[in-house]
Amino acid sequence: MTTANGFGLTGVSFAYGETPALADLNISLKPGKFYGIVGPNGCGKTTFLDLLTGGKSPDQGSVTFMDRPVADYRRRDLARLVALVPQDFGIDFAFTVQEVVLMGRHPHIGRFSSPGAEDWRQVDAAMAAIGISHFKDRFINELSGGEKQRVVVARALAQQTPYLLFDEATSSLDVRYTMQIFNVARSLVKEEGRTVIAVIHNLNLAAAYCDEIIFMQRGKVVTCGPTDTVLDEAMIKNVFGVENRVAFDDFSKTKQVSFRYWS
Amino acid sequence: MRHSGYQIWLLTLSLAAATFGAIVYATGMGHIAVPATEIVRVIAARITSNPALLVGIDPVFPFVVFDVRLPRILTATLVGGGLAMSGVIYQGILLNPLADPYTLGVSSGAAFGAALALLANLSMMGHFSVPLFAFAGAALTLLVVLYLSSFNEQISANTLILSGVIVGAILAAGISFLKYLADEQVSVIIFWLMGSFASRTWADVAIVAGAVLCGLVLSLYYARDLNILSLGSRSADTLGVESTRVRWILLLGASLVTAVCVSVSGIIGFIGLIVPHLMRFLVGPDNRKLLPVSILAGALLLLVADTVTRAVLPVEVPIGVLTALIGGPFFCVIFRRRQRRAV
Repeated sequence: MTTANGFGLTGVSFAYGETPALADLNISLKPGKFYGIVGPNGCGKTTFLDLLTGGKSPDQGSVTFMDRPVADYRRRDLARLVALVPQDFGIDFAFTVQEVVLMGRHPHIGRFSSPGAEDWRQVDAAMAAIGISHFKDRFINELSGGEKQRVVVARALAQQTPYLLFDEATSSLDVRYTMQIFNVARSLVKEEGRTVIAVIHNLNLAAAYCDEIIFMQRGKVVTCGPTDTVLDEAMIKNVFGVENRVAFDDFSKTKQVSFRYWS
Repeated sequence: MRHSGYQIWLLTLSLAAATFGAIVYATGMGHIAVPATEIVRVIAARITSNPALLVGIDPVFPFVVFDVRLPRILTATLVGGGLAMSGVIYQGILLNPLADPYTLGVSSGAAFGAALALLANLSMMGHFSVPLFAFAGAALTLLVVLYLSSFNEQISANTLILSGVIVGAILAAGISFLKYLADEQVSVIIFWLMGSFASRTWADVAIVAGAVLCGLVLSLYYARDLNILSLGSRSADTLGVESTRVRWILLLGASLVTAVCVSVSGIIGFIGLIVPHLMRFLVGPDNRKLLPVSILAGALLLLVADTVTRAVLPVEVPIGVLTALIGGPFFCVIFRRRQRRAV
């Protein structure tokens, strides 16, 4: 199931030793869309992203990117096309915020070259977009968890890739900064035709921002399709096992999920 | 405390100048004092093979300078640089600012190999049997540690440190057993383990110089990748760094340098830990700046320490004991400060 562009996974399985993580995945991800991946903890979302970045190779099946197997790309070439915001972002060394964001330019800078004007421009633009310019000289290991996470997002933006993968990129952020990052991502998709593939735990965020939602459960894709058609009460009940109601919300002008918290 | 690019250049240059000056100055120190001008003349005479420069100089001086002091001084300088360089690399790869050549058990492996050679009184390879066994011990230990900590061709920093500690503990017991077996010869092993630069030769200088130079080229080539590795291997992979390959190459390179250093000098602790730590405080964590500065500072520090024990103290204290006595408490202070900041 390959597409002219984007990612294509055919019959992909992956296991950690004896423990299967993904089984027989068939899915294609088209360019220019905002994808949300949702599913319970441990259902293989992060492993799925690692297969897309080539960080892990499938035990069976094939993963293609722009009609070529991901494994055939040189890491450096792939890094100019696909950026990842990982879940863990602890850094023990006292790099400044600006130095960390500049690391996003690594695949664009020759081994013995120094960053050029374009690199600095992208670094400044990324820090401005995420609103971290005012602490660019602080040390990354002295920031709060949320601040670190925003730095890591800025680093991925500075990478200037057509594809951006978020692995719970806003897990430590308050509602304001979460919206800021998702708004930036949304505008990259809408205005520049880039592709965002984001693992999201908050179903309402997924409902508000994603063009398509991928529901995953126990290493399998349950369904994948436009948000309006796949996001419904039965699906959420099936995948997460919680009572819920999905309704159009006038204030946010989008579908929103509400839950029965206790009874 | 962090300095700008221009200041870092200045620091690097001054460290280089200080190291060079210290080499010349230390060569003059000792039982027979040789004035600095005469040292320069002796060296110039040897390099240009112009005997006219030696006119009026005590005929003992060229012998003292060339056959006794310079090999020892240069070996100490190079070993200091090599240990500091390995420290920078280990700390970068293990993502732990407190890692050093000991963390991986490499030094213990070298010590075990050397103790074995000393116990068996191996002389079949002459002068080189102890260094060769030390090197083999270090290399074997490294292989075992890497085997224990790699899974699916990936190595994780935490399991590396754990495997190093486990293998190191086993080797320490092995060394104790060898000491017990050695009976009356035990002092030879103990002295080797405490480290010394006494009676080093030009062959030692050449071996260490070769290893340190290779390590330097390798580590500077991968210095920026090493920076990126501090983001963790998942991020590094997606930033175009072949993180597994870079880790393996740098790990092997640093361990070989450590093994060579240990094999000529015995066990010398704390240089690989404290020097990178201090220098990171001055120039920041960027390995492209940190590596040269640390190598020079390590070289200078070990040279000064060796000169103190050789020419200043009334009795020669084993260099490994001296560095541990000075470095240990110093390290405690750093460690305590870090903890306080982390709370």
